Amino acid sequence: MDISQSKRKPYVRQVKKSWWLRNSFYTGYMLREGTCLFVGAYTVILLCGLLRLSQGPEAFAGWLHALHSPLAILFHLVALVACLFHAKTWFSLAPKAVRLFKGAELMPEKPIIMAQYIGLAAVSVIVLLIAILA
Amino acid sequence: MAEIMEIEVLRYRPEEDNEPWTQRYQVPFTHEMSILEALTYIKDHLDSTLSYRWSCRMAICGSCGMMVNGKPKLGCKTFLRDYVSAGKIKLEPLANFPIERDLVVDMSDFMQKLEKIKPYIIPKEEKDLCDGEYIQTPKQLAQYKQFSQCINCGLCYAACPQYALKPEFLGPAALALLYRYNEDSRDGAKAERMKLVNQESGVWSCTFVGFCSEVCPKGVDPAAAIQLYKAESAKDYVIAMFKPED
Repeated sequence: MDISQSKRKPYVRQVKKSWWLRNSFYTGYMLREGTCLFVGAYTVILLCGLLRLSQGPEAFAGWLHALHSPLAILFHLVALVACLFHAKTWFSLAPKAVRLFKGAELMPEKPIIMAQYIGLAAVSVIVLLIAILA
Repeated sequence: MAEIMEIEVLRYRPEEDNEPWTQRYQVPFTHEMSILEALTYIKDHLDSTLSYRWSCRMAICGSCGMMVNGKPKLGCKTFLRDYVSAGKIKLEPLANFPIERDLVVDMSDFMQKLEKIKPYIIPKEEKDLCDGEYIQTPKQLAQYKQFSQCINCGLCYAACPQYALKPEFLGPAALALLYRYNEDSRDGAKAERMKLVNQESGVWSCTFVGFCSEVCPKGVDPAAAIQLYKAESAKDYVIAMFKPED
């Protein structure tokens, strides 16, 4: 008998479809990615508004009226929560995509994250002002 | 008398088992005991057939990586005391790698990927020994130092669902190491390594789950290296449109 014969039989584990439920980090990731569906749907609604606007005041009024339905309001509330969650998670990941140095010291993550919130607040205020003043 | 803690270990012995199975051991619990020490206790007192890897016992060799309650950890850097409230400890071999035996996995794919990125300095110009060292400033060192702390433990591969779903993906540690050498001021092989980065199996296979950086025992942050190189790769693509190589 050849005693040097290998007994190797590496066992490969299959990836289950439910892999993203295995731990909370993966579930959070899927949730973050999932929110983009709401961001996308909201964008389509806005584009429809733009299209209706180009078709005249009556068409635009019809689009506005459709937005008053309870279903549309419910969708917008859910989409708002999804967009805020989407923004929060991406803001917290942003420091990974920028590497700023102060001399030989790497800049900490906090100011980068904060700068985005300040940017968001500034843009929101500007848009609000334009909407009020226009 | 010491308190007893139950430790579940996923066993797989290729000569007798067709698939892994779970074995439970009763280990005396002490406050200072690491998972690796618990395994040594099992091996010495309860079951000498158990296989696992270890070497330095001080979180630098990267040998004792394993799944502890579903998360990739270094056995020597993880302590039983942190699992008292969880009530159980389940040890499994590192996820996403084939199981060789018990807690030992086959890391050859990972090693091949590390080798592929040419993890060594390829100078722009060869210098004669008489010409002295390749000088580097502290600022130049800071650019890549974090990414040079990798101990090749493979925890980030076990944390990466993309590597599990797409085994050809170069993966977190190899790309972090690639970044480390590319960003070294003494290296001159960036263009050569960027070919690997730009491939679909390079940075573009990463969907930014980010768990790799979370589990890294050395704070290397492979997710950051990959995101930074997604921007670099996009830049490379645009430049190549205007400046074809040949």
